[in-house]
Amino acid sequence: MKRFVGFVKKEFYHIFRDRRSLFILFGMPIAQILLFGFAITNEINNVNIAIVDHAKDATTTAIIDKISSANYFSIVQIIEREADIPAVFQQGKIKAILNFEKDFSQKLITNQHAQVQIITDATDPNTANTVSNYINAILQQYQKQLNHEVSTPYQITPETRMLYNPELKSVYMFVPGVMTIILMLVSAMMTSISITKEKELGTMEILLVSPLKPFQVIVGKVFPYIFLSIINAIIIVLLSIFIFKMPIQGSLFLLGLESILFIVSALALGILISTISTTQQTAMMISLMGLMLPVILLSGFIFPISSMPLPLQLISHIIPAKWFIIIIKGIMLKGVGLSFVWKETLILVLMTLFFIGLSIKKYKIRLE
Amino acid sequence: MEQPTVITVDQLTKKFGAFTAVNAISFDVKKGEIFGFLGANGAGKTTAIKMLIGISKPTAGKANVAGFDVTTQAEDIKKNIGYMSQKFALYDDLTVKENSAFFGGIYGLSRAKIKEKSNELIRELGLQKVENQLVGALPLGWKQKISFSVALLHNPKVVFLDEPTGGVDPITRRQFWEMIYKAADAGTTIFVTTHYMDEAEYCDRVSIMVNGKIEALDTPQNLKADFKAENMNDVFLKLARG
Repeated sequence: MKRFVGFVKKEFYHIFRDRRSLFILFGMPIAQILLFGFAITNEINNVNIAIVDHAKDATTTAIIDKISSANYFSIVQIIEREADIPAVFQQGKIKAILNFEKDFSQKLITNQHAQVQIITDATDPNTANTVSNYINAILQQYQKQLNHEVSTPYQITPETRMLYNPELKSVYMFVPGVMTIILMLVSAMMTSISITKEKELGTMEILLVSPLKPFQVIVGKVFPYIFLSIINAIIIVLLSIFIFKMPIQGSLFLLGLESILFIVSALALGILISTISTTQQTAMMISLMGLMLPVILLSGFIFPISSMPLPLQLISHIIPAKWFIIIIKGIMLKGVGLSFVWKETLILVLMTLFFIGLSIKKYKIRLE
Repeated sequence: MEQPTVITVDQLTKKFGAFTAVNAISFDVKKGEIFGFLGANGAGKTTAIKMLIGISKPTAGKANVAGFDVTTQAEDIKKNIGYMSQKFALYDDLTVKENSAFFGGIYGLSRAKIKEKSNELIRELGLQKVENQLVGALPLGWKQKISFSVALLHNPKVVFLDEPTGGVDPITRRQFWEMIYKAADAGTTIFVTTHYMDEAEYCDRVSIMVNGKIEALDTPQNLKADFKAENMNDVFLKLARG
C-alpha cells in the first residue's frame, strides 16, 4: 500500500509538472463545453433578413411586422428591385430574403391564393434550413389567424411538442457528447501516452525489474487518471447546470456510476494501445485516429446513427461511446433509471471486461 | 579467503522458436567480484541478463542469483538485485531527491531509511546544490552517477549494469568506474556489460559471448596471454570474427 501511494504521488508529479498535459486535462473540457455551448449552435437568433415587397399592402405589412417582432429575425434591408437580390446575398450579411408578389392582398381575397418566395443563402445548409422553417412557421401562424374569421369545415391543426428539450437547445445535445469525448481523451489517450513514455525513457524496464508486480505498475499508472476523469466529469456537469441551465433529470448517483464504468473501459483501451505502441507519438496517433474520430463521427454525438448507411451503423455498435451517450442522454435529459438503460450498461460492462482481458493478455505476451 | 558464490549459471538456455538466443551457458560469480559480460550486438547478452534478473523465463538450464532460483523465485531475486540500463532511466521531471525517494519506495524502504540513504547519495556525489532541481536539467554524466547510486539504494547483493557508460566522456567514465570499485569493495557483486574494451580491462573476470555461447571466460590478463593479444580489443576481435 505504501508503495502504491508513492507510485501515485510520482504520477501526479508527472501530470502537474507538464503544462501540456495539464492543459489537456483541465483546459480542454472547459473550452469544449463553452465552445459547443455558445459558439456552435443550431438555434437562430437575430438572423439578418431582407424584404422585396412588390405589393406594399395591408397583408404584407402585417406579415413583415410579425416577422420583425419575433426575436429570431431582424429586417435590415428593403430591396426595391429583384435584380439586386444576388448582389445582396454576395455581401454575405443577409441570410434570407422574402419576396412578396404583386397585389398580394387582392390575390389572397379574390383567388384565395397568394405567393411569397423565401430565398435563403444555402452556403450554410443548416442555417438555411432552420431559417426557412422558422419563416414558414410564422407564415402558417398568420394564415391561421386569417382563417379564424372565415370558417373552413375540416381543419387539422398539428400541435408539436418537443419532449425533453422543449426549447430545442443544442447545448443539451452537446453536453453528453462532449463529456464522452473528454472522458475518452483523458482516460484513453493520456494513459496510453503516459505508459508509453515510461517505455521510451527506459523506466518501465526498471519498474519491471523492481519488486513491483506488473499489475501494480499498471494500476498505479491508471489510478490518477480515474481520479482526474471523475473530476472532469463533475466539472462538465457543473458547467452545464450552472452556465447553460441544463436540468439533470435523472439520478446524479447513477450518472456517476455510469461515468466511472465508461472511464474504466476507456482506460482499458488506453492500456491496450500502450501495449501495441512503443513511442508516445504512435500512442497518440492511435488514440486520435482509432478512438477520437469514431467517437466524434460514429457515436451519434453529431450525426444521427439511424441515418447512416448500414455498414456504418454496424460499426457504431462496437464503439463504447455510442452506448455511453445513449445512457447519459437518457439519464440527463429523460431522467430514466437503470431499468431503462440496463441493456446499454450491460453492453458497456461486457466491452470493458473484454478490453481489460485483452490488455492483460497483450501485456503478458510483451513480458515474455 | 574464498568468497561465497552469488551467481551460479548452469546450462542456461533460451530459445525463441527455432532460434537459440542463449545456448547452454555456464559460469559462477563470487561475492564482490566485478564480472564483465561481453559480446557483440545480438550475441545474446541482453537475453541472458533478462533471465538473470527474473523478467524472462529460461527454456532450459538453471540459474541461481543471490540465493534464489530464476525460474521459481523471480520475485525474491528482484528484491535482492539492482539494475541500471543504458538509458540511465530516471524521471526527468522529478528532482534528485524525489527520484531516490520513489525508487527507494518501490523497494519497500522505510521513510527514515529513504531519507538517510538519499542524503548519503547527495553528499557522496556532491549534489547538495542541485538536490531540488529536476533531473532533466542535469548533465548526462551526473544522471549516470545518480542512476547507479539509485540502483544501490536498497543494498542489493548484485547490481546488473547494462552498458552503463554509453555516451559519456572518458573522464566521467573513469569516475564512474571508481564508484563501481567502491561498491565492489563494500561487497556488492557487479555484473556489467560494455562495448568499451578498455573497460573490460577493469573487470576482475571477463566472459565473451559469441552467437549465444560463452567462448572465453577468464581474467583479462589470462585472456590476453591465451589469445596472444596486446589488449582486450584484440582478444574480442579474434573471438568475434571466429
